[in-house]
Amino acid sequence: MRLDIRLPLGLLFLVFGFLLSGFGLVSDKGIYQRSLHVNINLWWGLVLVAFGIAMLALVQRSYRRLSRNESSAESHTKSTSAPE
Amino acid sequence: MLTGIDWIIMIVYFAFVLGIGVALKSYTKTSSDFFLAGRSIPAWVCGLAFISANLGAQEVIGMGASGAKYGISTSHFYWIGAIPAMVFVGVFMMPFYYGSRARSVPEYLRLRFDEKTRGFNAISFATMTVFSSGISMYAMAKLIQTLHVFDAPFQKMGLPLSWVFHAGILVAAAVVLAYIFLGGLSSAIYNEVVQFFLIVAGFLPLVWLGLRNVGGWTGLKARLDPSFTHSWIGMGSAHGNRLGVEWFGLAMGLGFVLSFGYWCTDFLVVQRAMAADSMSAARRTPLIAAFPKMFFPLLVILPGLIAIALPTQSSTTVAAVHGSAVVAPEGTGLIPAKVDPDTGAPVRDSEGHVQLDYDLAIPNMLLHYFPTGILGLGLTALLASFMSGMAGNVTAFNTVWTYDIYQSYINPKATDQHYLWMGRMATVFGIGLSIAAAYMASRFNNIMDMLQLVFAFVNAPLFATFLLGMFWKRTTGHGAFCGLLAGTTSAALHHGLTLPVGAASGIKGGWLATLHTYPSEMAQNFWTAIFAWSACFIVTILVSLATRPHDEGRLSGLVYSLTEKAQSRDLAWYQRPEILAVVALAIALLLNIIFW
Repeated sequence: MRLDIRLPLGLLFLVFGFLLSGFGLVSDKGIYQRSLHVNINLWWGLVLVAFGIAMLALVQRSYRRLSRNESSAESHTKSTSAPE
Repeated sequence: MLTGIDWIIMIVYFAFVLGIGVALKSYTKTSSDFFLAGRSIPAWVCGLAFISANLGAQEVIGMGASGAKYGISTSHFYWIGAIPAMVFVGVFMMPFYYGSRARSVPEYLRLRFDEKTRGFNAISFATMTVFSSGISMYAMAKLIQTLHVFDAPFQKMGLPLSWVFHAGILVAAAVVLAYIFLGGLSSAIYNEVVQFFLIVAGFLPLVWLGLRNVGGWTGLKARLDPSFTHSWIGMGSAHGNRLGVEWFGLAMGLGFVLSFGYWCTDFLVVQRAMAADSMSAARRTPLIAAFPKMFFPLLVILPGLIAIALPTQSSTTVAAVHGSAVVAPEGTGLIPAKVDPDTGAPVRDSEGHVQLDYDLAIPNMLLHYFPTGILGLGLTALLASFMSGMAGNVTAFNTVWTYDIYQSYINPKATDQHYLWMGRMATVFGIGLSIAAAYMASRFNNIMDMLQLVFAFVNAPLFATFLLGMFWKRTTGHGAFCGLLAGTTSAALHHGLTLPVGAASGIKGGWLATLHTYPSEMAQNFWTAIFAWSACFIVTILVSLATRPHDEGRLSGLVYSLTEKAQSRDLAWYQRPEILAVVALAIALLLNIIFW
């Protein structure tokens, strides 16, 4: 894969999570009557932040693995070229 | 109703979608990059795109609507109407699709059979995708108009509210056009994956709040008639359950013919697997997709059930009539009565009962439970699902148009750069045709019922052709072509000769004569499919036996008995298609038993 999809995905959820949880902290408590008095913006925002971080961590891990493979497999370079 | 935070979330999403298109543009250099994503996508990404491409208007709004109308038995569309077929295409059919190096499903038909079979499939499929993408667009525009969520900015600018509809269509079309034009199939697949997670992120808190409100599954069961909360009890006869279908019609019509016809032969979904980076990834694509797919009823059907179970809200029964709001008669739960948009009068069935606008089940749930903030996320998820449903159709259309129609019949000898250019042009005029289709689509009631109808005519016979083509080497091109014609014709004939109970002859059937009356429209659709499939199966066999067999050497890699079996022994256990298949089927069976 040329662009790791988890990178934009993680970033998007991180931004959404920060927006929602940040809004949850400052918003008027009255609006949560409809969500059964649960501050759904704050809590769900935090879940989205966690998901975003998990995605970015996976991207980080695969980059590290990729660069390790590249340095160890320098002698047989052909093996990494993608099939058609 | 919407505040700044909701708009920011929506704008961030649109910016990301376009950003992905721009980022992928530099990787899109050849026609193979554009139409097949360079066959470089890992299995899990293809798998999520595989279900997301199908997650358009039909899925989210239609399944919520059916959940409210039919109850938990709507999950038959998943547990027997998708999972077995997804397992089958991954284990048995993908070796031929991916292994033959065909670039599209119609192209496989040319390799296996002949030019006319491909032409028939390519042209009917291209027409269908344009139509479906138009329906998706129409449904979205109508929905945002009905919800009145975007009215404020239009009022501020002094524009009439009917412009909300036009703006909805044009904005969705422009965004989808931009990202597919730039990045082709990769762009569509990436956006489908983002949209998959967005749907989960937008709907999971909705289901959680709804269930908490009604006291969990037990509380929901206590509020509803038992016919809503069982999927198999009462299936013995068509009159014992809410679907109005008996078990045989359900299992054969939906579980076998329609489901296998869609998941195993529709290029819209198969294209996602063809983009995979290896044969084993292509085979795993539908199998990986099967796991989230079987839990989707919890996300899309349950909100419909909760919507019908809640106490009736008079505030939700407001409808738009010529841009002004009037109070409509009482609905049920969160679901308002259906109102004629021209007269403002409630729509009644032939017995005088007020009909409900089930398509509003999910949107009204969002508006009911979500405060500003997460409401923006929920609406974004809904918009994303409409757009990806459209995008799936557009990418399938531009590929079939360019490879199977343009390259085959109009301009066979052009350069690869020319076909890449043609793919981009096809994206432009495909979307133009979809917009036209969107404006034509306003006459139909339940979106899903109509998609099923179109689907039954074109797709139902197709699976018989593939089944015989892949597993019986004696099948010939003439056989396949005559079979398809016979299947489609008998679907149309069956529809023209039967009617669902209480319907007037016309679009609902019976336009030739009424020989038989079905207990429901769904039963009629399922039986149309069964007739189409059987006619195709029988005619294909008979004509094949009467015509000269294909040369066996030419069929290697295309037919089961003449192809080396795909080896999966050197894969880890969790990557082996057979093991994934057994686990998926076992969990699906378990879900059927739990919600028996």
